Amino acid sequence: MSASASYSITEPSARAKWIAGLLVVLYTVVTLVPLAWIISTSFKSGPDSISYPPKVLYSPTLEGYVNLFMTRTRPAVSELENLPPPANWYEKIARDQGTIIVGPSRYGERFLNSVIIGFGSTFLSIFLGTLAAYAFSRFKVPLKDDLMFFILSTRMMPPIAVAIPIFLMYRTLGLSDTHLGMILLYTAVNISLAVWLLKGFIDEIPVEYEEAALIDGYTRFQAFRKVVLPQAATGIASTAIFCLIFAWNEYAFAVLLTSGTAQTAPPFIPTIIGVGGQDWPAVAAGATLFLLPVMIFTILLRRHLLRGITFGAVRK
Amino acid sequence: MTDTPVTPADRLARATPAAAARRIRGLSDQAIAWLFVAPTIFLLLAINIFPLIWTIRLSFTNYAANRPNREVEWIGLRNYERILTDPDTWANMQTTAHFLIWTLFFQVLIGFTLAWLINRKFRGNDLATTLIVIPMMLSPAVVGNFWTFLYQPQIGLFNYVVAFFTGVDPGSFEMIGSVKLAPWSIIIVDTWMWTPFVMLICLAGLRSIPDYIYEAAEIDRASPWRQFWTITVPMALPFLMLAVLFRGIENFKMFDLVVLLTGGGPGDETLLASIDLKREAFEKWRTGYSSAYAIILFVTVFGLASIYVKALNKVKER
Repeated sequence: MSASASYSITEPSARAKWIAGLLVVLYTVVTLVPLAWIISTSFKSGPDSISYPPKVLYSPTLEGYVNLFMTRTRPAVSELENLPPPANWYEKIARDQGTIIVGPSRYGERFLNSVIIGFGSTFLSIFLGTLAAYAFSRFKVPLKDDLMFFILSTRMMPPIAVAIPIFLMYRTLGLSDTHLGMILLYTAVNISLAVWLLKGFIDEIPVEYEEAALIDGYTRFQAFRKVVLPQAATGIASTAIFCLIFAWNEYAFAVLLTSGTAQTAPPFIPTIIGVGGQDWPAVAAGATLFLLPVMIFTILLRRHLLRGITFGAVRK
Repeated sequence: MTDTPVTPADRLARATPAAAARRIRGLSDQAIAWLFVAPTIFLLLAINIFPLIWTIRLSFTNYAANRPNREVEWIGLRNYERILTDPDTWANMQTTAHFLIWTLFFQVLIGFTLAWLINRKFRGNDLATTLIVIPMMLSPAVVGNFWTFLYQPQIGLFNYVVAFFTGVDPGSFEMIGSVKLAPWSIIIVDTWMWTPFVMLICLAGLRSIPDYIYEAAEIDRASPWRQFWTITVPMALPFLMLAVLFRGIENFKMFDLVVLLTGGGPGDETLLASIDLKREAFEKWRTGYSSAYAIILFVTVFGLASIYVKALNKVKER
């Protein structure tokens, strides 16, 4: 960073800044168009979503969301006319499309699975990761460097290299398509990054704090819990976000190992089909609900996230 | 950072009387260290290392996971021989290489340019950085699936925009459906999604260059062009190379985004190695054969990555 207000020859000229800003804003707008389109499509009616030219202005409807959460059938026209009037607003939306609601869809369940598996594996990665990171940061662990490298190297392993035995192992142990199985798997993938990130954060906490606590009569565990953990809270939180986003987005293992009970949203959303042809507003609605939390997270917690991404490069 | 000669425990031992020390600590530090590290190591052994060894074992057999009762034969290196002599394998490798080279090219070009522009420190550059980063945070599967909609001929937004700027008929070309354009359709989406990553790493690199170097260059009357090529580029190069390494490894294993965009089609036009592997393993159920395939890919990634890291270290030494 340059020496703020005072004149500096390394500070770019006002014109250079202006041009750079303009180009970056241009890129930002272009790169966000596909995401805006997902959100916008989710509020379109079926015909609006596939009109030509693509519609930017349209009358918004919750059709996509109703179709996403409800299973519908299309009865014969004569049958439809003899039905009593729709009881509520979402039934009316379904009826306007010439369909009737026969029950809830599976989207709610799949979304809930994503939440359970995402938070479960994040909690476990952080729990185990913090312990290991603390030990690596504070104690003499034999072969410390080798162990740290071993932990990191598991991250370079392509999932395909281990997918087959994990599939067989899970089948034998009865872990396929269970929440526990997915939580353990995602924890194993996340933990290497968690240990490395957390060790960096804990290294920054002065050991004198703990020493003082120990001299005051705390045990190691108490010192860890009451001194180190509160100090590392920010680091733990930002590591947790990383683990959560990975588990939330993961597809390859989810599609191989889950099919029903524990299926998460990413393998489910592409399988959403409407009544008669691909229902794009419903797909977009599912995608919007699934992606929006991450978008909001990214904006709110940008500092922590950006630090985590560049971590590997900056730290060496 | 890794080895402090005096651990807190040592210092504490000196500060406390010996008798009190044991009472205060309860468990010895050594015991606590092992207690804390063991679960992580155990989990990694169980879900990473053990399966890897199992894959190696399976790769020498003709095992098929959908027929567990069939007798498993030990067939030595025959799986490896069949994979390496199969022209389809090499075709897939070429597809993967094409994808890898072009995505890296575009991501480096655009990512570095963006980072360089953002480093002009205009007002609001933080906000722009955050917004640009959003695509890489999202689920590749969900986003990839939606891109098939953007790529629809006639009604898709992508075709419409291209038609708008070039004047061709939006129904006249199919990004995903045509043999010629499908490989580019996956390159475009991958570049859209992952350029921010390269940008962030480059930005970290550019920000690590101390101002005084530019000040010195300014005093020596070096032109901005010369400063760019003799200061900016060489000093950001290790970071850029690291970004290429990370993206290279990731894109070599690329699965989710592409499988939902094109599924490897049309024909086998975008059949990347890991998609092919998934077909062999979980659709054709040739478990032994695909285990050998997985090992070959794994060794390739590791081999290429280690050669690359050697080159990277040379650059860093300069």
